[in-house]
Amino acid sequence: MFDRNYKEKSIESVLFSVSALTVIILFLICLFLFRDGLLLFKATSLLDFLTGKFWYPTSVNRQFGLLPLFFGSLLVTAGAILFAVPLGIASAIYISEIAHPKVADFLKPFIEILAGIPSVVFGFFGLVILVPFVRTTFNLPTGQTALTGSIMLGIMALPTIITISEDAISSVPSTLKQGSLALGATRWQTIYKVIIPAALSGISAAVMLGMGRAIGETMTVMMVTGNTAIIPSFPGGILDPVRTMTATIALEMGEVPQGSAHFHALFAVGSVLFIITFLINLLADSIKKRYRFKVD
Amino acid sequence: MANKLKAYTVLTLLVIGLVFLGIGCAEKNSGDSSPVQETSSEGAPEADSQGIFLKGSDTVLPLAQAEAEEFMIAYPEKSVTVTGGGSGVGIAALIDGEVDIATASREMKAEEIEAAKANGINPVEHTIAIDGISVIVNPENPVSELTFDQLRGIYNGSISNWKDVGGDDRPIAVISRDSSSGTYEYFKEDVLLGDEYRPDALTQPATGGIVGEVSQNPNAIGYIGVAYLDESVQALSLDSGNGSESPSPDNIISGAYPLSRPLYFYTNGEPSGLTKEFIDYVMSADGQSIVSEVGYFPINS
Repeated sequence: MFDRNYKEKSIESVLFSVSALTVIILFLICLFLFRDGLLLFKATSLLDFLTGKFWYPTSVNRQFGLLPLFFGSLLVTAGAILFAVPLGIASAIYISEIAHPKVADFLKPFIEILAGIPSVVFGFFGLVILVPFVRTTFNLPTGQTALTGSIMLGIMALPTIITISEDAISSVPSTLKQGSLALGATRWQTIYKVIIPAALSGISAAVMLGMGRAIGETMTVMMVTGNTAIIPSFPGGILDPVRTMTATIALEMGEVPQGSAHFHALFAVGSVLFIITFLINLLADSIKKRYRFKVD
Repeated sequence: MANKLKAYTVLTLLVIGLVFLGIGCAEKNSGDSSPVQETSSEGAPEADSQGIFLKGSDTVLPLAQAEAEEFMIAYPEKSVTVTGGGSGVGIAALIDGEVDIATASREMKAEEIEAAKANGINPVEHTIAIDGISVIVNPENPVSELTFDQLRGIYNGSISNWKDVGGDDRPIAVISRDSSSGTYEYFKEDVLLGDEYRPDALTQPATGGIVGEVSQNPNAIGYIGVAYLDESVQALSLDSGNGSESPSPDNIISGAYPLSRPLYFYTNGEPSGLTKEFIDYVMSADGQSIVSEVGYFPINS
């Protein structure tokens, strides 16, 4: 009896420590990220960093201005969301409400495969196919633009948006749907007047998570957006090259002298990125919780 | 359905956990191996032991690695360890007395030599090979040569259309490497003469990216190591005031082509022991034939 109890307890504590490890690691990452990031403000003021318009990390008059990188990330992500949300939600509606179950079963694995493609492969595809296409279509000096990055990121965010929205739509109680049909509403009226509003918070959570995916993506954007650190104009800047925060870190981390102001600036950019994705995930989580409560 | 959602959540958490675990491990590893300052107290490694340590330029890295491999095949009991990180990183490590040889794709700066002297280190320069930088455009581009002033103008932003340098009426898409590249610094010093790169220049993370973009974009101009030239792009002849010269091996070795630079090893004082053996090997006929194989140019031809 004692032996059995002991075994149970030890398994429990092993599982506990494994899950606690995740929390500890997350905590340590925050710690080191912020510690090295904060050291930047010995060299530059916080205000200069957050409102600086120029990113010249290696020049004689070096400047660590976050704005070009921040707006670069913002523009590419916004474009990706504009591209991915209508497509993603439409696919989710089709798969869960309209498609024959056999067709839906056929489609779903493909969406999951799309989610499993490594980002460097997306980047390669973008570089070889989409970049020349964008350049010739819009007659631009180069096809490496924010738009190219947005389209690639949109494709990469699609699986997240489709699977989560589809879950949300399928979790709408069938009584609601049947009630609507019984009142004489057509199938389309039922979808956009009953099902979509009922699943709206789940769909919003899907959009937020897709956004989180897009803003944190590095390899693909680095390969197709041209990495030009200037503040993009809006909305015309969508056809100009931009540089995102993630690409900046990946590009410059390689040869930056350890402990220099540039090194700390990259950590500070990483901290900003971390805070943004953290807030997005938090928001998505709270929306999702609210929607679960409503449906159950 | 709620169950399915739960399963997804659990799975996502698991994946996130694994990712964080991976990141956590990487963090720990890099913490162990890289910090320059923390290991400096150990003092200089013994040069007469059976292992030496090289650190520095990523441009020299493939060459130093190939040399080290061949050297260790010839002398299996000796070990030569090579790491990259950049010319500046390698020189900093030499100043701190952590490495036997710092590899560099540029000369040591005056302030670096001062810092070394202050630390009791006497850097000695060894030129081990020559590297050529070629300026490339799309094969469709009718421009086949540029003067140094034109090239500087294109890269600092004062020239933005191909028609200003004798080409078609097209905008110029200027491509540069990222700022962590030694070639970026070299180009900035020798071509831009200290000017900033134009802010709207595209930045590519690797030489392959530059070749890819130039080969499909008729507006593009970029610069790459001569070793990376292929049929998909056109290398320009450059005129630095003494007539137009193409980046051919002969012109690079003779110095007639203006964009060539020596690659260096730096040691503390005249090399001795294994360090000397290794440098002698690199300078030998065997060692210099490896230089050509890797795509650079031998110096004593």
